[in-house]
Formats: sequence, C-alpha cells, structure tokens
Amino acid sequence: MSATAIAIDSLVIICLLVSFFKSREKTKMALRVALNAMRRLGPSILAVIIIIGLMVGFIPPKWIASAIGGERGILGMVIAALLGSVLFIPALIAFPLARSLLSLGAGVMAMSAFITTLTMIGFVFLPLEIRELGRRFALIRNGFSLVVAIIVALAIGLLHRFLPLYP
Amino acid sequence: MKEPVSKTSWRKRFRWDLLILITSFIVVSSLSLLNPFRGSQAFRISLEYFKEMIFILPAVMVLMGLFAVWVRRETVVRWLGEGSGFKGMLISVLLGALPTGPLYVAFPLASMLIKKGARVANVLLFLCAWACIKLPMELVELQFLGWRLTLARLALTVMFIIPACLIGEVLYNRGEDKRGPDSIFESQAGVESI
Repeated sequence: MSATAIAIDSLVIICLLVSFFKSREKTKMALRVALNAMRRLGPSILAVIIIIGLMVGFIPPKWIASAIGGERGILGMVIAALLGSVLFIPALIAFPLARSLLSLGAGVMAMSAFITTLTMIGFVFLPLEIRELGRRFALIRNGFSLVVAIIVALAIGLLHRFLPLYP
Repeated sequence: MKEPVSKTSWRKRFRWDLLILITSFIVVSSLSLLNPFRGSQAFRISLEYFKEMIFILPAVMVLMGLFAVWVRRETVVRWLGEGSGFKGMLISVLLGALPTGPLYVAFPLASMLIKKGARVANVLLFLCAWACIKLPMELVELQFLGWRLTLARLALTVMFIIPACLIGEVLYNRGEDKRGPDSIFESQAGVESI
C-alpha cells in the first residue's frame, strides 16, 4: 500500500466519521452514491487494468525506441506524440524510459511531446472518460491536449536551439 | 421500421464497457497462451495496478459521495463557476496538482463538478493539471530529466493549457447536448437538490 493510498484513505475515513456524526441520513446517502458509482465504473476500470497489462507486458521498449529514437525533427515529434497518446506507460517508468531514449539520441522535442501526451491523453481511458463526461467533452479535452502537447514540444525544440535544455 | 427513440435507447443501454472488458480479456488470454512469459509479465503488471486501485478507488468514490451530499451547488458555483475568474482557474490547477492518484480517478470527480455548476474551462483545467502537474510525478521528472527540461516543459504547458481550456469551453458550449453522459444522480433523484 503506497503512502498516497494511506493518506487518501485516512482522509476519507476522517471525513466519513465527521459526516456520520453530523447526519446519519446524509452519510447513508453518500455511501449509496459511492456504491452506485463503483458499480457503474467497475467494468471499465477492470478493462483499463487488463489493457495496461497487455501494453506493458507485450510491447517491448525496443520497439518504442526504434520508432522515435534518433533525431527525426518534426516527424519524429509527431510520431512521438501519437505514440504517447496510444501507449500507456506509468510516469515512474516513462521518465527513465525518456532519459534512455534521449541518451540513445532521441530529440528533446520528440521527448517533450512523448511525455506530455503520455500523461495527458489516454486512449485506454477514453471509454471511461466518455462514460463519465460525455463524448463531446472527452473529444475536446483529448484533442486540445494533443494540440497543446505539439505546441509545447515545438516551443521546447526552438528553445533548445538557443539554450540547451538537456545536456 | 427504425424508430429513432428505440435506437437511441438501445445505444444507451448497450454496455460498451462490458464489451471492451471481455474483448481485452480474450486478447490477453490468447496472447498469453502464445507467449506464456510475456503473459505472466502482463498478469503481474495488471495485478500490481489492481492492488493500487483497490486501495484508492473506493475511498475516492466515498469522497465523491460525501461531496455530492454535503457540498452545496452554490458553493461550487461561487468558487469554480462562471464568475470565478482567475481565482477559479488557480483553484482548479491546485486541486488537480494534489497527489491523488491516476487520471481515471478524476473523471467521476470532474463529472460531479460540472453537475454542480462548475465552469467547463475550470473542469478542463482541473483534469489537465491532474494529468500533467502532479507533484510526485514532477519529482520523478526532475530526477530523470533535470530541472531545465522539467521547468521549461511545465511552464510552457501551463502557459498554453489555459487558453486551450478557454477555447475548449467555447466549443463545448456551442454543442446541443451540453450534458451528454448518464449522470451520477440519474438513479438518485433528489440528491442534487440537497
């Protein structure tokens, strides 16, 4: 159990106790809302877990390296952005991977796009997001995230020419 | 022959999530039969994530339930609604940056915020901050990529995200179905009016 989980769980337990002392009725209602949400989201979340295992387990990091390794300029950056959108790699693995790709000669611009899309866009989560927030909201958020990731990557690429950002 | 009403209700009732769940399960199992080593790898990773989620998700759902019952709509509107301006954006970013788990946890919370009258731009901002300005994550980035690249990426992202969220809001509000998804309150009429 991670420290984050312990912190969140104890916070929620405290909130729940306070709520219970203030009003039993409302607390019961809150728990019912929680249970309903859990039931609604359960299958999607299980699917996400399976797909993450599929991706991390079956896609060798070497493939990723060969796709965006090497300075390919804007094309490499766009490939990196698309890869980052489709792939799911936890941040803890993504940053070490990004560094190893940089040392393999990947462009700073491509790496920036890769990291931003990796964290902000999740094709894996899309069904879940649509379910919760609607198709329109999900498409706008993911689309704009992609655009922002590309603009930021271009800016970083430009900046990197004048002021090296990564040794 | 084709009644539009029944068609939409069929679409609404169809459980895409179950279909995806079953499909992904079948794909993983058949791939695992072909390559047991990678299969066990995939299983180990899935299990790890399952453990992580089982400890966080119920708590987040309960928090959401408490939020639904206790926080009044007017409060959300005042802090994150149309008139909240820069302060509302700041709050959204700070809320998102708190160390609170992966992005999929944030979707139901975001849905709740919209339901309670938060501004769309602020909810977009909240989700973006949640995804890419997480404090623990930034520490890892700092460690691996150095402060220059981390800082440049972070500052530029924040700079471009704010206008993007504002434009996104305009696009969203232009649509006819302002609120597409089934809401959390669908099966509990009355909770919202509390």
